Amino acid sequence: MIERLRLSLFALLSLLLSVQIGFAAGGQTRLATLVQQLGADDFDQKIAAVGELAALGDPRVVKLLQALENGDLYVTKDKKVVLARQDGDNFATSDPISGAKIGTATSDDIDQIIVNNRVREVIDAVLGTLNLFSPSRDDRLAAALDLVKHPSPASVPALQKALAAEQDAEIKQDLTLALAGARLNSPDKKMQLAAIAELAGSTDPAIFSILSALHDSGNLDPDVRRADESALAAIAQRLQLVRIGMTLFEGLSLGSILLLAAIGLSITFGVMGVINMAHGEMIMLGAYSTYVVQQLFVGYLPASWLEAYLVVSLPVAFVVTGLLGIALERSVIRFLYTRPLETLLATWGVSLILQQLVRTIFGSPNKAVDNPSYMTGGFELIGGAFITWNRLVILVFCFLVLGVLALVLKRTSFGLHMRAVTQNRDMAATMGIPTARIDALTFGLGSGIAGIAGVALSQIGNVSPNLGTLYIVDSFMVVVFGGVGSLFGTLAGAMSLGIVNKLLEPVSGAVLGKVVVLIAIILFIQRRPRGLFALRGRAAEN
Amino acid sequence: MGPLLDRRGWIGFLGTGLVLIVGIPLLNMLADDSPLHLADYLVPLFGKYACYALLALSLDLVWGYAGILSLGHGAFFALGGYAMGMYLMRQIGTRGVYQNPILPDFMVFLNWKELPWYWYGFDHFAFAALMIVLVPGVLAFAFGWLAFRSRVTGVYLSIITQALTYALWLAFFRNDMGFGGNNGMTDFKDLLGIPLQTAAMRRGLYVVSVLALGLGFLVCRYIVASKLGRLLLAVRDAQSRVRFLGYSVAHAQVFVFTISAMLAGIAGALYVPQVGIINPSEFSPGNSIEVAIWVAVGGRGTLVGAVIGAVVINAAKTYLTGSVPEAWLYVLGGLFVLVTLVFPRGIVGFVDQVRSLRRPRAAEKLADEKVAP
Repeated sequence: MIERLRLSLFALLSLLLSVQIGFAAGGQTRLATLVQQLGADDFDQKIAAVGELAALGDPRVVKLLQALENGDLYVTKDKKVVLARQDGDNFATSDPISGAKIGTATSDDIDQIIVNNRVREVIDAVLGTLNLFSPSRDDRLAAALDLVKHPSPASVPALQKALAAEQDAEIKQDLTLALAGARLNSPDKKMQLAAIAELAGSTDPAIFSILSALHDSGNLDPDVRRADESALAAIAQRLQLVRIGMTLFEGLSLGSILLLAAIGLSITFGVMGVINMAHGEMIMLGAYSTYVVQQLFVGYLPASWLEAYLVVSLPVAFVVTGLLGIALERSVIRFLYTRPLETLLATWGVSLILQQLVRTIFGSPNKAVDNPSYMTGGFELIGGAFITWNRLVILVFCFLVLGVLALVLKRTSFGLHMRAVTQNRDMAATMGIPTARIDALTFGLGSGIAGIAGVALSQIGNVSPNLGTLYIVDSFMVVVFGGVGSLFGTLAGAMSLGIVNKLLEPVSGAVLGKVVVLIAIILFIQRRPRGLFALRGRAAEN
Repeated sequence: MGPLLDRRGWIGFLGTGLVLIVGIPLLNMLADDSPLHLADYLVPLFGKYACYALLALSLDLVWGYAGILSLGHGAFFALGGYAMGMYLMRQIGTRGVYQNPILPDFMVFLNWKELPWYWYGFDHFAFAALMIVLVPGVLAFAFGWLAFRSRVTGVYLSIITQALTYALWLAFFRNDMGFGGNNGMTDFKDLLGIPLQTAAMRRGLYVVSVLALGLGFLVCRYIVASKLGRLLLAVRDAQSRVRFLGYSVAHAQVFVFTISAMLAGIAGALYVPQVGIINPSEFSPGNSIEVAIWVAVGGRGTLVGAVIGAVVINAAKTYLTGSVPEAWLYVLGGLFVLVTLVFPRGIVGFVDQVRSLRRPRAAEKLADEKVAP
């Protein structure tokens, strides 16, 4: 019975939608005739009238059909169709098309137009598709979403037509889904199989849920079921790949942040064997430099320049923290080279002072650093994998920093001196390398990179006085894990820690995952006390 | 083996002990209007200082004598504190908000149905007391065994001890660990059946803390005066040579690290009933580093210096955080820098120096001779 109904509906709708939608000439009178036809006793006639009304494309039809469905249309004794609303014991009647008041009637004067389920289904399908062609974007979107939720084979031709005409990408996407659903619900096995074959190539989680809804609907043709299952498996596999790819990206993104935070530490630790506990505060100061630059841009420069503040912040943060690093090295650290454990304590003291200083100047509450437009939002890659611009930019930026640093180390005389001092301080000094100056510059470089890391971190989180403490232990872990004084080691350490963290997160939760990673590193140190990529030879002995 | 303390040392030790154990409680017991009356709130405060001093002592034993700068001693302290907290929680019984005879309030709140296995036995004081030394001890032994055997030393060791306390810090914040999560444990009622809020109990806890400090001091003295103590100094100053001479460096290090962690655990256990709360913030890496500065300010490798440093800095902290809170971090940070740069031997070293200027001595104590790297 339902099968037959669907078929007839389908045939009917394809017929009526092939009629051009819009105001036909003389539509006015045709509309009135069709409204009268709604009052017919025969349900088939009513259905035909509903179909033809829809084909008129008159915006008043929507209200009319809704009234019919709600049972607000009545027939008077003289066979005229009126809109009637209960008003006390009587009914207030009005013209169904214009809405003009006619008068009142008693319940004896008028009869309600009865609609059965068949008629209702046609009305729903017609109403759903009518809005697809509405000039209002919101109406079209709502109609498309409604059709996604209630797939009906009756709406296939309307959907195809709408899809061809639609310009808006979001609505197009929903229309495609609705069309898929509608075709899958088709009583025609061939059509179902064709639809499944077409959808099997998709990587959209929404398509996946439509296909699995079909699978769960039961009472399926065995061929269709088999096709559906294999399509589901194919999509699930691709979605799994997307998920893995996304986890990897998140891991790399975390790794890039860790890397930015740790590079500077690795340099100072590698060259001087000094643990700089104030390193986190250099990151924090870099972030605050960004904040200050932003405020200056807001206060003193035209609004159209604001977007550029982030680019300007980079050199500012580098210079501010770099100079501070040099000052720190000259005033404190150089006196402690023979006592690394005490350097650790002294720099911790410096970090406390810097934190408190920032608190005194800027106050303890978090500061907001706005993302420029090129750092906001993101794009959907495939299969629901959403990539935000700021993460992507930071990932690229971190490799850029690493590349520049590698160039400085390998291609400049400063880099050469730095490597020489790292490998053998005494020998380097004997060869005439000014080790004291190299120490100061190295410390400045390491701190400057920390400042740049702070600029990047201001884009993904809050800027607060204890920003640095959040990263300091992680940075140490990266350096210790990767091996001291090796850029490649730091890169490998940061990326592997980032990825492992993200892989563990869904299994054990973020905090426990981190605990597991920390314990793993503690155990790892036992096996390789000098890290993954330890320096070999004389440099390693001390 | 050298003498535990020399004649003057014993006089000073016993004299100070007598003043602290008898004098302070007596002053507190004087009538309220007496000019010499010691306010009630000061007794647990002094008791807290004694616990901090014991913690500093334990760090001095490993840092000053064996050259191991542990940045995880706060974790051992906190673990001892949690063991005591678990006992105190069980003592609350039906007096809690939810009046559950078995489960502590926070477990009822989290809708737990039964006590986790690791809470078994903590209703007995003897068991809890055992755990107070055993939990930090076993952790330190396992950690030290792994670290020292693979010759992890210097800053590497400092960093991984910091990672250890950081990991515990994160873990104890979690509600499903069963240790009260973020809020920790509090609302303690009584210890060994005696209510904690009475003046007598406060004095009692204070006296026990001072006694523990004194005993801890003697234990540390015993170790550093023994042959093992000599060995530790040698390990601190020239690890490779000691190894070449045929000694087991790792064994000595593991031993002293474990003893030190146990002392820290005891300090934590005595600390908790006096402050009335234990929560994960005790694990914060900053706390552990602060202990190192107490020791450094007092003077490393002197034991007495650790006690002096802990008391002086904490007294300054109590005063400053009360009167000028913003200044405290500047002072603490400045101390870190100043002490390491200008007074690497701390208060005790400074006093020694002044003394030796006045009356040159033939030989200074071995421990003061060379500063650990």
